[in-house]
Amino acid sequence: MIPAAFEYTRARSVADALKALGARNTKVLCGGQSLIPLLRFRLAEPKRLVGIGHLSQLKGITRTKGGVRIGAATTYRELLESKVLQSDFPLIGEVTAHIGDLQVRNVGTIGGGLAHADPAADMPAVMLALDAKFQLQSAKGKRTVAAREFFRGPFSTAMKPTELLTEIQLPALPANAGTAYADFEQLASGYALVGAAAVVARSQGSVTQATLAFTGLSDTPFLAKSAGELIGTKGDAQAITRVAEGAVEGVEANDDIHASSAYRLHLAKVAARRALTEAVERAK
Amino acid sequence: MKQSITLTVNGTDRAVNVESRALLAYVLRDQLDLTGTHVGCDTSQCGACTVLLDGHAVKSCTLLAVQVEGRAITTIEGLSADGLHPVQQAFWEKHGLQCGFCTPGMILTAVDLLSQNPDPSEAEIRHGLEGNYCRCTGYQNIVAAIGAAAAALRSGKRAGAAA
Repeated sequence: MIPAAFEYTRARSVADALKALGARNTKVLCGGQSLIPLLRFRLAEPKRLVGIGHLSQLKGITRTKGGVRIGAATTYRELLESKVLQSDFPLIGEVTAHIGDLQVRNVGTIGGGLAHADPAADMPAVMLALDAKFQLQSAKGKRTVAAREFFRGPFSTAMKPTELLTEIQLPALPANAGTAYADFEQLASGYALVGAAAVVARSQGSVTQATLAFTGLSDTPFLAKSAGELIGTKGDAQAITRVAEGAVEGVEANDDIHASSAYRLHLAKVAARRALTEAVERAK
Repeated sequence: MKQSITLTVNGTDRAVNVESRALLAYVLRDQLDLTGTHVGCDTSQCGACTVLLDGHAVKSCTLLAVQVEGRAITTIEGLSADGLHPVQQAFWEKHGLQCGFCTPGMILTAVDLLSQNPDPSEAEIRHGLEGNYCRCTGYQNIVAAIGAAAAALRSGKRAGAAA
């Protein structure tokens, strides 16, 4: 299982990478933990690869005035080791600890995984729940796309082939916010049969903000509209159950050898309930 | 199309002429004769091909050699210049291997795990080994060996600090 031949360009800078992306049939290689298996199975046969994983411009986690900025080539290991994320966005570390395995987390990057857009990956649901913004850059300039507009379908995003995901911007969470993720994994791959990410804020016992996002359930990660119904409640078990049931109504769930559509819908309700319950408890 | 790159392998700079598509595992095995790096599943699952990249465990079947140009790679052959490394010693003593195929990957993963967490619980050791498969031992003695190695490394460090 040797990849088909390609030309490799080791980018010297972001500008250099963007220039190389102008050529047809060119793919970006960051950590490669998703792309290299695809190359090996020859599910992808690009003519050219542009390596960016080594670019320090694309690495690092820093506080900004509105939240936190994460360079796209930051590895999962660096996310786990980040004191800033542990304090400001503990949800990122909780989810990252279960992505891939130790070796994959040492090389795999947050930007690479998001750009790959596997419909069963954990991080996209977290990005939706946290209302992340993605900075995309091309030779023509920069633009910012909300995570909520970014994921278009299985392995499909709002990015053009000439664009590079350069950073992830996380807006600061409201005061008294609690976050949680609950999932059911396909044991062999670790990918989510269903995962649910929840963000809940409370004030004097009442829910003031509630967001719920799913992954693995449908052909693209998505926000559950029913989460808004939690606002104004105490976040009690009954209210959470109502939101969890409403969240999957009318959803066309994936159906494959790992889980039937009916089973996935059931798991989604359980995951949603667990994530919301934990987020409410933490929102103190 | 081949290109020449330099890798620091087990402390020595090695120039290799590789195709862009050459995977690190095969460059180590076929061009540098470091056959202690095993290729098991060939699909980034089993961890037999694990090596250290700047001290961090990685699956060498899922990295292009050109991707790690200029970086430091440690294979099982280079883990210890002088006798067995404490993790190797512990695998020996605790019978942490049977056929031995997964062992280089297990040991190098354990070295990284213990550098991040010098005193892991059994659950943390098992979580750290998620990316390494063993078809013989049932993992029990591997987990015991890593626990023993952690203790040996900790006491070695204390002895070193006292000296």
